[in-house]
This record gives sequence, structure tokens and C-alpha cells, in this order.
Amino acid sequence: MSAAENEKNGDVQSASEGAVATSGDRLVDLYREMVLVRAFEDACQRGFRQGKIGGYLHLYTGQEAVATGFLEAFREGDRVITAYRDHAHALLLGADPNEVMAELYGRGPGLVKGKGGSMHLFDVENGLMGGYGIVGGHIPLGVGFAYAQRYQETDHITQLYLGDGAINNGAFHEAANLAGLWGNDGMCPCLFILENNQYGMGTSVERATAQTDLTVKFDAHGIEHEKVDGMDLEAVIEVAERAAEHVRETGKPYAVEAMTYRTVPHGAADFFEKYRTKEEIEKWRERDPIGLLEKKLIESGAAEEEKLDEIKDEAKERTNEAVKFADEAEQPPIEELYTDVYAGEDEYMGEK
Amino acid sequence: MAENGKANAETKTYREALREGMVHEMENDESVVLMGEDIGVYGGTHLITDGLYDQYGPKRVMDTPISEGGFTGAAIGMAMLGMRPVVEMMTWNFSFLASDQIIQNAAKVRYFSGGQVKVPLVIRGPNGGGVQLSAQHTHSLENMYGHFPGLKVVSPVTPNDAKGMMITAIRDDNPVIFLEAGALYGTKGEVGEGDNAVEFGKARIAREGTDVTLIAYGRQVNLCLRAADALEEDGVKAEVIDLRSIRPFDEDALVESVKKTHRAVAVQEQWRWFGVASEVAAIIQDRAFDYLDAPVIRVSGAEVPAPYARNLEIEAFPSEKQVANAARRVMYMEEK
Ligand SMILES: Cc1ncc(C[n+]2csc(CCOP(=O)(O)OP(=O)(O)O)c2C)c(N)n1
Ligand SMILES: [Mg+2]
Repeated sequence: MSAAENEKNGDVQSASEGAVATSGDRLVDLYREMVLVRAFEDACQRGFRQGKIGGYLHLYTGQEAVATGFLEAFREGDRVITAYRDHAHALLLGADPNEVMAELYGRGPGLVKGKGGSMHLFDVENGLMGGYGIVGGHIPLGVGFAYAQRYQETDHITQLYLGDGAINNGAFHEAANLAGLWGNDGMCPCLFILENNQYGMGTSVERATAQTDLTVKFDAHGIEHEKVDGMDLEAVIEVAERAAEHVRETGKPYAVEAMTYRTVPHGAADFFEKYRTKEEIEKWRERDPIGLLEKKLIESGAAEEEKLDEIKDEAKERTNEAVKFADEAEQPPIEELYTDVYAGEDEYMGEK
Repeated sequence: MAENGKANAETKTYREALREGMVHEMENDESVVLMGEDIGVYGGTHLITDGLYDQYGPKRVMDTPISEGGFTGAAIGMAMLGMRPVVEMMTWNFSFLASDQIIQNAAKVRYFSGGQVKVPLVIRGPNGGGVQLSAQHTHSLENMYGHFPGLKVVSPVTPNDAKGMMITAIRDDNPVIFLEAGALYGTKGEVGEGDNAVEFGKARIAREGTDVTLIAYGRQVNLCLRAADALEEDGVKAEVIDLRSIRPFDEDALVESVKKTHRAVAVQEQWRWFGVASEVAAIIQDRAFDYLDAPVIRVSGAEVPAPYARNLEIEAFPSEKQVANAARRVMYMEEK
């Protein structure tokens, strides 16, 4: 596969036609997506330092292969739900980077009108049913989506992303139990994607649970599962496509634990990292998903270094454009404060 | 008491004062333990417990998984057997997951056991908003917890009260909801040395005045103090009352002040409906109706989930200007 044959823009939404081995072209396209996500997160960190982005800001850096790989199995009509580390999911599903950045900058043209910020990206049209801020709180919702998808007689599925920290929350166990139960009747096409980045904030998996094999927790609820190297994009895609197809066909939930790592602090405001060593971070950086893919592309001849550099520059340019757009966009009009409280008449029950 | 402690007071941050209160009681009482998410190795998300893990070890400073319902319930169990746990809610927003345990067990078990058990428990953490955390991470829960008999609810605003009320909370034989002014962790003030326990149910006059009473608690007290400065320029002497404790509630302090000023404005960050300010207004009309020269006005947050964008958030919370204008309104003066 020559680099020249590979000029068309990668659109993650339009997933492959069921190819098992991932072609070089497709990998280059996905490389483009991952690099864009990385550049976007870098720009967010800068925006946070400059005080342009407020509140909590959780970056996806280091984990890109997980969402990129799983969303390759996304089909139109499917739903995605995740927690607050949600920028990648929105971008990969096709949200406009300008609008995502405008949201983080608290501007009117933001993805959710400046009302939610980093933790609450929604793009329902493209399948993203939101980012949520209460750890574990979104998990039952995803199970409900899956039930509705069957009840409404579609063949759509839900991709439900959760963290290693969230799995110790009661909401997970109640929802997983429901999923297993409803799956018995083929009524819960929910793909649990457990992003095990080794830590919930500063607490490692070993310090959060005595059962450190997290997939066992799905056993308790009758949900089949497997693990995947979340740093290896191709491995993720292989599992994702197989798992999604299984869920779609059977209406039963399935879980995949993706072993991954965030190479940045939990939140953009955290700079003390007493809970882990520099050496550990370095060790994982060697398995950086973008670095691994780069190596693979070059070794296989799918792309040359120059081509990859070009892609990186494009990603930076695209991100700069988003930053410029956000920076120049107007703040939301004050009247927006009072809208969207209720559906329907949207009456505001107070004094303005 | 605070007065004694203040004899040799030192300037400290609200954060340091809280830690000092906990350490004071940990030193005095082996049964006091701390628990919560990332309070140990990480040092606490807000660094309130920084250093205590090294000082007291993992048995007394327990890191918990993200299982608010589970560990809060377990703390209630520990308290029923004589321990005195101090549970950190990383923020009060996460307490909804623990609220079943807090309300159904902590608040009531003494009553429905016919007095056979007690729950000497403190649950503490930052409350309120103001830093663009948006809808799920911005709540002021004093009215919610204040609603339930069996709980005590306090909300200190000065570093001295943060320490003194922490000491009192830990010594209390009942569950205490300790709502910290998260936005003020870095602010400084004089803090009494040693045992400066501050009694619950006693409001504090934060500023004396004769013309209008501004009533608040937590961070809004500072807002009222700034509004009082603005009013002073108009020649209005506003009295500012810091309620400090929502349950028990110091009715007398309000009534005494209103008897003097004849006018009152109640300020809260939370939503207006069913809030603490409504309770303040009701108490004043109950007990000081004949002294009032104007209706009591409530200043509250907008009736919306908290927005993210800075301009919307500022609009959603009570402002100094709103408070000053409310005071002008009850004085039948022109608003500015
Ligand atoms: C119920 C609840 N408790 C605590 C928090 C604070 N908090 C935010 S993120 C987080 C860690 C979650 O870890 P994990 O699920 O592994 O996701 P990750 O951040 O690693 O992506 C915590 C404790 C929260 N948001 N909600
Ligand atoms: Mg994690």
C-alpha cells in the first residue's frame, strides 16, 4: 500500500466492510484520527493553562487506540455513552472539532451551547449519548439504551465505556446484573468497554479491589468477556468487530477489558502524581498507541515517515483552527441560562 | 471556646484549619479515623488530609474505592460500634450515592432502635459551586440534609470556625454533615490554638450594623460582607449574620438582629424553592413580624442546573450587586 494511494480523508464513522485483517490504508486513516485526538488534547491542556478552559478537564492521552478501535465497529444507529473523559469519543464519532473546542471554551456555538463543558459532550445525531460526571452514574443508562434498541426492534447496539474505578461502584453491579438478566431474553445488546488505565484518579486497581482481574466482575453477572491490549490498535479492532457482531446478533451483553494507560495526570489541574513513578509512566510511553502504530506502518511499508509527519502537521493545523474558532466565538447569550430546563414548553420557574 | 483559643491565634488557611481540627481530635482519641477517596496516598484531592497518611498510617487514614454508598454505610456501622469516623466526600455532589445510607441509616437508626445505638460520625467535604464544574458537580445541599431530623448540618466560613466546628463535630455523638466552603480552602484567617471548639447552633455576627440584616452561611457570608461595604457608601449600615449551623439553627440571633434593624435579606447560593432562606424568612415572620418594616427578601441562585460557561455561571449565582439591591429594596431606596 503506497502512501500516495492513501490521500482520502479518514472518516471513522464509515466503518470498514467487515474486513478481518486491517488494511494498510485503513490503518493510515485511523492513524490520522488518533493523531488528531492527541493534538486536540494537547491544545486543551494549553487552553486550560491559559485559563481559557475552566472546570474539570480530563484528557484521553495514551488511551487513543481504545475508542478509535471500538468505534471502528460502530454502525449508524448505534449509541455510545461514556464518562467525563469524552473528547475522543465525540471527535471520532464525527463531531466538529470547532464545536467541541468552543464547548470547552464555554462559547455559544459549543457542542452543547456552553452548558456542559468538557465532561458533558453530547452529539446525539452522531450517536454520542453523552459524557457524564458522576463515576458509574452513566452505566445504567447505557443498559437502558440497549433494552430500548431491542424493544424498538432495531439491530443497533450500545457501546458503553467505563473506567476501572467505576467498576467498584454499586451502579455498575446493579446495571451489569440487569444486562445479564435481560440478555437471557436477547434484550440487551450492550457492549461494555472497560478502559482499564490502571488508576481511578490516584488509586491503583490493586488498592481499589481485591479482585484485580476485573473481567471476573462480569462473570458474577453472567456476562461473557475477554481482554485486549488497548495499546495495539489492530488488536482492538479485531476484538471490537467480533464483539460488536456477537452483541448485535444475540442481543446479549458482552464485555471487553482494554488494558491501557493515561500518560497524563488524571485531570489537567493535577500536577502532583505521588501515586505513580516517572519510571512507570516512561515504561508505558514506550507502548504509546500512536508510537506503536507508527512503527507498524513504517515497517510494513504502509506509510513513510514523511507521510506520517505530514499527517501530524495536518492535525495540528486542524486543531489550531478549532482553537481559533473557539477563541473568536461569542459567549452564549444570557437567555440560554434559562432554556432547556424542561422539555416541551420549556417554562422557567423562577425570576430572571 | 473560640474566645479562649483566640488569645493566641495564628493566621492559617481554611484548609490547614480543617486539618488541624481533625489532627487535634485524632491525637486525643484513638477511635477517630479518616476515610474517603484518595485521601491517603494521593493526599486528598483538595489536600485537606495531606501528610496524614504518613503520620497515622493506613488503618486510621483509609483510602476507599469509588463506592460512596458502601464506605459511608460502613462508616455508620463503625460509628454504631463506638468508632468516630470522619468520612470525606470528595465533593458533596457524590453524596447522592451515599444519601440512602445517610438518610435511612445514619439519621434514623438511633430513633428506630429506641435509643440503643448512636452514630458519632462526621461526613465532610466541599459544598457549593462557582468554578465552572457545571450541572452534575455544582450543588449546595444544606437544605436537603437540613431537612432530616437526626442529622446535624453545619457550614463554617472562617478558618477559625472550620477548625473549631470540626472539633465539635467529631466530639458530637450524632451524624454531622459538615459542609465546607470549597471555594475558600486557600483563604486565610486567624485560627485559635489548641482546643478552640465552636458550639453548634450559635450564629455569629460577622459585621455589626443597625439598618438592615443580611443573613447567610458559608461562602455567601463573604458576599454579604462585600455588599455591606457597598451599602456603607450609601450611608446604610448593614448587619451581617453568619448562621454557621443550619441544624441546630440559631433563631434568637436572627430575631434579635431584626428587632434592631427591622429589615432582612436572606442570601443563599442554592435554589430558591424550599431553601434555607425560605426558612429564615418564615422564622422572622413568626417571631419578629411586628418589628418588620418591609417583607423579607430572599436572594438565591437561578432555578436551573448549573451551567458551564463562565458568563452563564456568574449570572446563575447571587451577586454582590443583587444582595446590595435587595437591601436597598427593603429600605425603599433606589436600586443601583
Ligand atoms: C461518584 C463519584 N465519586 C467520585 C468522583 C470523583 N472522580 C472523578 S474521576 C474519578 C476516578 C475514576 O476512575 P476511572 O473510573 O478509572 O476512570 P478514569 O478517570 O481512569 O478514566 C473520581 C474518583 C466522581 N466524579 N463521582
Ligand atoms: Mg481508570
